[in-house]
Amino acid sequence: MDTFKKIFVKSSVGIPLAAIVLGLLFGAIVMLAGGYDPILAYTSLVQMLFGSPYDIGEAIRAITPLIFTGLAVAFAFRTGLFNIGVEGQFMMGMTGATLVGVGLELPWYLHAPLAVITGALFGGIWAGIAGYLKAKRGVNEVISSIMLNWIALFLSNFIVAKFLVQQGQQKTPDVHDSARLSMDWLVGLMGNARMHWGTFVAIICVVVFYVLLWRTKQGFELRAVGHNPDAALYAGMNVKGTLVKSMFISGIFAGLGGVFEILGVFGYQTVMAATWGYGFDGIAVALLGGNTPVGVLLGAILFGGLSYGSAGMNFGADVPQEIVRIVIGSVIFFVASHGIVKFFLKPFLSKRAEKRKEAV
Amino acid sequence: MDRNLAAVQLKGITKRFPGLVANDSIDFELKKGEIHALLGENGAGKSTLMNILFGLYQPDEGEIYVNGEKTVIDGAAKAIELGIGMVHQHFKLVQPFTVAENIVLGNEPKKGLSINYKLANEKVRDISERYGLKVDPQVRIKDITVGMQQRVEILKTLYRGAEIVIFDEPTAVLTVQEIEELIEIIRNLAAEGKSIIIITHKLKEVMALADTVTVIRRGKVVRTVSTSETDERKLAELMVGRDVSFQVEKTKNEPGKTVLSVDSLQMKGEQGKQVLNGVSFNVRAGEIVGIAGVDGNGQSELIYAITGMRQVSGGSVKLNDRDLTNKSPRKVSLAGVGHIPEDRHKHGLVLDFTLSENMILGSYFEPEFGRGVFIDYGAMDKLATKLVDEFDVRTSGIHTHARALSGGNQQKAIIARELHSDPDLLIAVQPTRGLDIGAIEYVHKRLVEARNQGKAILLVSFELDELYSLSDRIAVMYEGAIMGEVDAVHRDDQQLGLMMAGNRPERSHLEKRG
Repeated sequence: MDTFKKIFVKSSVGIPLAAIVLGLLFGAIVMLAGGYDPILAYTSLVQMLFGSPYDIGEAIRAITPLIFTGLAVAFAFRTGLFNIGVEGQFMMGMTGATLVGVGLELPWYLHAPLAVITGALFGGIWAGIAGYLKAKRGVNEVISSIMLNWIALFLSNFIVAKFLVQQGQQKTPDVHDSARLSMDWLVGLMGNARMHWGTFVAIICVVVFYVLLWRTKQGFELRAVGHNPDAALYAGMNVKGTLVKSMFISGIFAGLGGVFEILGVFGYQTVMAATWGYGFDGIAVALLGGNTPVGVLLGAILFGGLSYGSAGMNFGADVPQEIVRIVIGSVIFFVASHGIVKFFLKPFLSKRAEKRKEAV
Repeated sequence: MDRNLAAVQLKGITKRFPGLVANDSIDFELKKGEIHALLGENGAGKSTLMNILFGLYQPDEGEIYVNGEKTVIDGAAKAIELGIGMVHQHFKLVQPFTVAENIVLGNEPKKGLSINYKLANEKVRDISERYGLKVDPQVRIKDITVGMQQRVEILKTLYRGAEIVIFDEPTAVLTVQEIEELIEIIRNLAAEGKSIIIITHKLKEVMALADTVTVIRRGKVVRTVSTSETDERKLAELMVGRDVSFQVEKTKNEPGKTVLSVDSLQMKGEQGKQVLNGVSFNVRAGEIVGIAGVDGNGQSELIYAITGMRQVSGGSVKLNDRDLTNKSPRKVSLAGVGHIPEDRHKHGLVLDFTLSENMILGSYFEPEFGRGVFIDYGAMDKLATKLVDEFDVRTSGIHTHARALSGGNQQKAIIARELHSDPDLLIAVQPTRGLDIGAIEYVHKRLVEARNQGKAILLVSFELDELYSLSDRIAVMYEGAIMGEVDAVHRDDQQLGLMMAGNRPERSHLEKRG
């Protein structure tokens, strides 16, 4: 029984690591089968990630929005909701930030915070709509939030095209410097990688996620509703109100992700043909992280790092984009499916356990 | 000992879980064609032992003999192969499938690649006739009663060729009539030569049904006796380990002022049916008012109406002269209403919360549990420790998830929480459902204590014995209305029965004379 326990305690670190290795091995097999050199490919991946300050910086830039969207999905999950509309809320966040950033002229200490808050509220309200529909009319949030994704895309495009776009172009003018949130000193240090304050805000959000859910009265309510809405109602909680709040908060996380893409990275918004996909990747990140705040952070690092580094496999080892996708996919697959990994590890673990027994 | 007569022999079975010896060198023998009851309180280790026999757990020590041969049962498949079948307490049926489909599931008669439904139906009909278990093979599970579903479970084991059938708490979900039918069915099976094990904590059934009974307490066999040589009282004593009082000790109590007054409540159900039709009654301080009636006559709706869970369309609810009609559950609870709900898993507890968190489920917003927006977990744990101690909740710690507690201890936790809020009115719905004797005794004692302290108590129960022994007055509900009230001591059982069937007292009175 003791050994049983030990395996579980230790595996909390060991299993995800083993899963990554297994995924990479599987990817290697696929590359070998396709006639590519996996060692070269993986070396290029690592080089792409850590080769220069610029790459490290850009990898962090790619990871940041995933932390936000991962938190957004995980937060709703904790309250028993599947917010699949993070994509749309992310976009509304961008649009809110652009509106304030481009449309207003204010001193920096007002302008940037106002843009951030506006974007966050845009995202929160957008998610709140799905929450409200669920609470008042029983509309399944999966359906409504998916539909709201499309509405968000075209509404954003409409706002940009109608009010903000530059003559003869498909993009808005640059956000005023007073609203920009890039960290110029770090940009210089990291070889012009697009570093911005969003990364810090994302890490603060990880802490906020934890404190809000596990330390506050509001969080107590949110978790109770998530686990058992009937008992929550019996205990006198306002279950419907809690659903709306949960979606709203989830949407704020998503909206902040969008805000920093505008204020920190690009500085302008374009008329978009399709959505960005950060919201959907957020679902995978939340899953990888087991819906815990630190898990989401680690999941985002893995997912974002692989996505960014994989470009190197393409450049460095000529591995086609399709096979790169298979490699990323298999790593994610193994990390997400703990059961399979445990199955692979079982023979090793039980051998070790026996040895330990003998030693005793 | 003649091995040929034993269908199953368990020798020295020991099973340990972290911090607990669930089975401590248990010896158990089931003779062929015998009905053998395994009696014990919740958590005594009955289910663990049977799960070992059915291959779901592996014993740490001990040997299993089936039909005289030593075997290792390493999974349910192996158990089925050995002719052991289990009828679980919570049925494992596929709701949208038909009876026949459920029975043959996993072992379907085939015609080429497809299932031979005709043969399946025939086979099912064959077995059901042979054992006197009437079911229609072609109806869907979701359309049949719980009693019928249980028959399907029994048929499933027989279809797979079970010679030894284990029943886990088979009567927990059945009505009185269905229980009688089940007893008949089990007798038939034994007469056909099947060997039966029944896991239960209900003494009446043991005496009515079993040939032999093995009593287990805290993982050990206390005694194995033939039912002809014992009685309920002795069994209860063996099971609990001390003398048990079936009678609740209750002194006369002079009720005080009216606490709850309900006046002509009206409520419409989902299909527009009138589920509450002018319900009026009151409960005074220091008395227990019981609501009797057959399940489904508006009792649940009445409780929903009082607690604010559902809106009423007419009438009023007053607590200490304060109007609580259609107020939110939070307002009702703050006004001084405590509630022990009928379904403790669904409504009483958040099973994935710790015991500690469950203790403040209805009061987490109070200043004593928080500083500003934050929850003071220290204060919460302090309260939980106090209540666990005071109400004797058996748990490995206050940070154990509620899910891990036994039913009796979950109920104790709910009672602790509700009484701690010091309500003027305590509503208890089926407060002893699914509990063992020790826990029932405890719950009853606590309710009477609360009454003696001057609380008003509204008790809804489908068990007349419970209503008789606890209530001061009993009101009878039928089709959403109160048929009449009787005094619990000087009652007329026949009249009560008539009211439960829908007769108002005056009329029944007349009918009796005429």
